[in-house]
Amino acid sequence: MHPIIGQLRRLILYLAAWIPLGAILLYLMAFPGGLPWQRALAMVAPLCLLYAFFCLSAWYPCRVTPLKTSGFLRLVSTHLTAAVLMSLLWTVSAKAIAAALSGLRPFHGLGQQIVADYPLLLVSGVLLYLLAVALHYVLLAAEASREAERREMEARVLARDSELRALKAQVNPHFLFNSLHSISALTSIDAVRARTMCIQLADFLRATLGLGEKTSITLGEELALVHSFLSVEKVRFANRLNLEESIQPETLGYLVPPLLLQPLLENAVAHGVSNLTEGGWIRLAISNCSPAGQPSRLTIVVENNLDPDVPARRGSGTGLRNVRQRLEMRYGDNATFAARREGDRFRVAMELPAESMAPHS
Amino acid sequence: MTSETDKAQIEKKIRAVIVEDEDLARQVLKEMLGLHPEVEIAGECANGFEAVKVVPELKPDLLFLDIQMPKLDGFEVLELIGGDDAMAIVFVTAYDQHALRAFDVHAVDYLLKPFSADRLAAALNRAKSRLGRKRLPAPAELAAAARESTQYAERIVVKDGTRVQIIPIAKLDYAEAQDDYVALASQGKKYLKQQTISSLESALNPKDFLRIHRSYVVNLERVSKLEPYGKESHVAILHDGTRLPVSRAGYGRLRALLEKM
Repeated sequence: MHPIIGQLRRLILYLAAWIPLGAILLYLMAFPGGLPWQRALAMVAPLCLLYAFFCLSAWYPCRVTPLKTSGFLRLVSTHLTAAVLMSLLWTVSAKAIAAALSGLRPFHGLGQQIVADYPLLLVSGVLLYLLAVALHYVLLAAEASREAERREMEARVLARDSELRALKAQVNPHFLFNSLHSISALTSIDAVRARTMCIQLADFLRATLGLGEKTSITLGEELALVHSFLSVEKVRFANRLNLEESIQPETLGYLVPPLLLQPLLENAVAHGVSNLTEGGWIRLAISNCSPAGQPSRLTIVVENNLDPDVPARRGSGTGLRNVRQRLEMRYGDNATFAARREGDRFRVAMELPAESMAPHS
Repeated sequence: MTSETDKAQIEKKIRAVIVEDEDLARQVLKEMLGLHPEVEIAGECANGFEAVKVVPELKPDLLFLDIQMPKLDGFEVLELIGGDDAMAIVFVTAYDQHALRAFDVHAVDYLLKPFSADRLAAALNRAKSRLGRKRLPAPAELAAAARESTQYAERIVVKDGTRVQIIPIAKLDYAEAQDDYVALASQGKKYLKQQTISSLESALNPKDFLRIHRSYVVNLERVSKLEPYGKESHVAILHDGTRLPVSRAGYGRLRALLEKM
């Protein structure tokens, strides 16, 4: 699609730009050329309008000879040939217009007078066409960069989407296989408990699978997910795993990104409880505060104890990074995330906007 | 295999020790081993520390070693008890891609949780056929192979008499080769560990540690200055005043590193 003809606003701007060009041509014809100015105006007005449209045809040669990839010689020969042809055509049109006008009384003899202006028309025709070539190259470049920008945006959105999906889909294989092993052990020791554990594991897996499409879930739903996760881990670790919760009931309805808490608790089990022979504790505290006049905020703290003698074994932190990234993507500067070890305990503290469910109206 | 050796094996029970921190996982292994009367469970350990104490005392024929455990992981346990050729080892793990690759490369037996009774029987058969002539790779090498190639050790475990000492890498000042051992200097104390200095060096991040001499690896953060020593060589002086010899090659490496910084 032609970038100028395709949009009315651009076409008007383009034609307006021809007014000063026409004025220059008028001046050149009337004064150094010696044509009476009424006659010159009668020639210039239709000629400029005509040539304005002639010059739009520069779009096609410009498109097939891109600046970057075409050789210099090819560029010059293509556009110069086109310019000379257009200019000749324009001059012939001038002759025809002059001849037509000559039939009218006020313009008698214009056909002979215009012959003196042929050189001027030929030269200015070439120059004007080349100007149009330059304009079209600018428009092409602008379009290309806009296209590139759009494509980059699209790519970024796609990458973010797929990243989010990947982050959400992470069910830790360690967790899964260890749980299956516990079930396998229970089948002969306590069949009823084995069945219960199967169901708990299924509940957890089903809940995480269902999250794929959601961007938000209520804190209550997230907590249910956390509880099904911990109930499975509780079978593995028995009384080595102790959970203390203090949750303000009114926070349960707030919306949070899915799997905001579960990776943090998984982390607490993997690096705390599972490394403590005597067992460990995990504390989960959720509260909301609404400072006067400001939107209310959620404060979430997950804390666990660690073996003080044992320095970190493996580069961990995927779960933490995951949560931090998702908070950043969603809330930007409006959420905080701090994770650090303080002696024999590990503490993650988050603060985020308390979003309520949009009322159905 | 002749029937006579069969009989001999039945008469002499295989003594096994289970090292596993999860109660249920221990129980299922015991239950499945119950199907094999030739195997006698000599001991059970719920964590790495216990294993390091119990295994050398019991000297079992067969060791089931869980990888992920509190205190010490399976590889560290193996490093500390030393790869005894008379002992067959079967690693047990839920999921550990890097470790599995290392096991396959070094022909080490392993069981993946959850495992079937058949899979355990197969592992037992292999262990029996290998008993007494199984050569394990050096424990430190196996541990290194099981680590991701981009990861360096974050701690070193050493047996200090009957105690197990865990040295975080940041607290290691330098290491000195002493025959088949390395002496690890940390916070004014020295710990001996059976390992070659080259294998130790390869487990350390080259950004932080440098081999300055055939027998010395130093923590670069501890080096305070370098002084010429004799005609050709140098000596590195650490912040605590320790003087370590620097070979010509070591000096070259040190210079190259300092120029990069």
